[in-house]
Amino acid sequence: MNSLILRTTTRPIIVVLLLISIFLLLRGHDLPGGGFIGGLVAAAAAALYAIAFGDEAAAKLLRVHPELLVGWGMAAAVAAGLLGMVAGREFLTGLWWVIAVGDQELKLSTPLLFDVGVYLVVVGVILRFVLSLEER
Amino acid sequence: MSALLVAPVVWPLATAALLVLLQGRLTTQRTLSTASAAAQLALAAILLAQVATQGILVVQFGGWDAPFGISFVADHLAAVMVLVNGIMGTAVAVYALRDIDADRERLGYHPMFHVLLAGVNGAFLTGDLFNLYVWFELLLIASFVLLTLGNRREQLEGGIKYVAANLVASMLLLTGIGLLYGATGTLNMADLALKLPLVPVGLATTLAMLFLVAFGIKAAIFPLFFWLPASYHTPPVAISALFGGMLTKVGVYALLRGFTLLFVADVALTHGLLAWIAGFTMVVGVLGAAAQTEFRKILSFHIVSQIGYMVMGLAFFTPLGLGGAVFYMVHNIFAKANLFLIAGIARWYGGSFELKKLGGLYRHRPLLAVLFVIAAFSLAGFPPLSGFWAKLVVIRAGFEVQAWPLVAVSLFVGLLTLYSMTKIWLAAFWSPVPEGVTLRAGPAPALLYAPVVALALLTLAMGFASAPFFVLAERIGAELSDPTGYVHAVLGEAAAATFVARGVAP
Repeated sequence: MNSLILRTTTRPIIVVLLLISIFLLLRGHDLPGGGFIGGLVAAAAAALYAIAFGDEAAAKLLRVHPELLVGWGMAAAVAAGLLGMVAGREFLTGLWWVIAVGDQELKLSTPLLFDVGVYLVVVGVILRFVLSLEER
Repeated sequence: MSALLVAPVVWPLATAALLVLLQGRLTTQRTLSTASAAAQLALAAILLAQVATQGILVVQFGGWDAPFGISFVADHLAAVMVLVNGIMGTAVAVYALRDIDADRERLGYHPMFHVLLAGVNGAFLTGDLFNLYVWFELLLIASFVLLTLGNRREQLEGGIKYVAANLVASMLLLTGIGLLYGATGTLNMADLALKLPLVPVGLATTLAMLFLVAFGIKAAIFPLFFWLPASYHTPPVAISALFGGMLTKVGVYALLRGFTLLFVADVALTHGLLAWIAGFTMVVGVLGAAAQTEFRKILSFHIVSQIGYMVMGLAFFTPLGLGGAVFYMVHNIFAKANLFLIAGIARWYGGSFELKKLGGLYRHRPLLAVLFVIAAFSLAGFPPLSGFWAKLVVIRAGFEVQAWPLVAVSLFVGLLTLYSMTKIWLAAFWSPVPEGVTLRAGPAPALLYAPVVALALLTLAMGFASAPFFVLAERIGAELSDPTGYVHAVLGEAAAATFVARGVAP
């Protein structure tokens, strides 16, 4: 679509959308959000970019094939499950690492890794759909 | 221990992830896909050996105890089904090396194949009803893709019917799960077995009917089978063999589990209804097959007909009937998938699935003819092949409960099955080559033959050395008809005692 208005507004909106998607991803453990919905928002951002600037530009911006995102996402999710077993607990047991950053705490965990995996899979799958449809 | 129980799901999922990352490198993908399927078979064999020596194995995901977390439970039935899935996965992976074209491989055949295997294994192993729904969805999504991969017109047409019917089933399943949770406050199957007796019988039976329809669509029982013959003959042979052998049996497994562990409040009603359904499924399937003239369409209708025998074993609800149903299911998976694979080789020589355009294969390739006879006559229940024993057990279970009409129907359907198999034999193998058709010279690739020979050997083994298979089937029958062991393994001693005290266990 060749529209100056759309292209101009898309740039700032995409930044906001991507920030929201990461926000949703990170708060997902205890509050509404998580990898799936975060991934959908990120995919929506990329789809908007593809509509405004064309699928080639979107693919260029993305740099990696959507399939690779799906593969790495699945691998991350499976790894999150297996880490619990590596630690000698049951499959999918959540492990937490709390790191002090200044006077704040940074909580890393296998559930987060799992959510990142879901995020990547969702972004990859939706982008594959969008790019295929745009190519038509 | 816990690693062994989650391996049938984690292994194929990890393989699928790796295969996605290797997208485009066809040779590497093929090697990895086949090797992984074989390794999965080995893991499944170890799992069954462990279950056979140590009894029912349970793992609680994330360390959350049942009924709060998700349990994976491997009893004999689940372990056997996972092993059968491993065998089918390996056979089809090898066959696919020559059957699936490079275009489909580039579109993602390999990862989807392993996602499908993971979904099927998950459905067999899970001890949680909502989790069962999730595995159903996973295997359905993978099967949607595999069914329509290649975008041919009839594939899409069949695919739409398949998707529509199965989405309705999923919706009903989810509705049933929601209502069940509302009535009992739990979805762990062992816990449900404990709490369902406290639910009023009317409500429990209503829920049972919802699940009967949902599982029934997936198992392709009468009158909910229309989607199966409309779609299973459309994808490449390797995929239809896996679908025809394995996928509907996941529905039958769910029926077996659901109507032995959960919905046994009003057996006279639910299992009486199942008996009617079994009879109609058998007859309608076999009559549908009699009207077909396309190799794979005949086989597709026979899938439906054979499902009837398994439901019949379940309907009798005796240890012998349940064990017989499982024996039948395993025999049928091997024989049926093999017939699909043989149809593919027949097409390799004759260029068509239409019986009119085939002929002379017996003279041209005697070995293929022998392999066909083994699988086809086993399916029709010829002694001493596996199908004969399978039918014998189920029918004997019928004698025990004196279900004469159903026994008569099943014998009659056996004759009609023989008619269909003879029709294929006469048209494709015995009759002269039709005019204008030349059979392709030279033996078909060994990779097409290898899985067919292996499955035929399994059919022979189940026929000529059936004793160990019977022992296993007996144990499964005993486990299914008295789920106290299942409840004990998942929830522990006290729960099992309560379960017995509530008088559910016979």
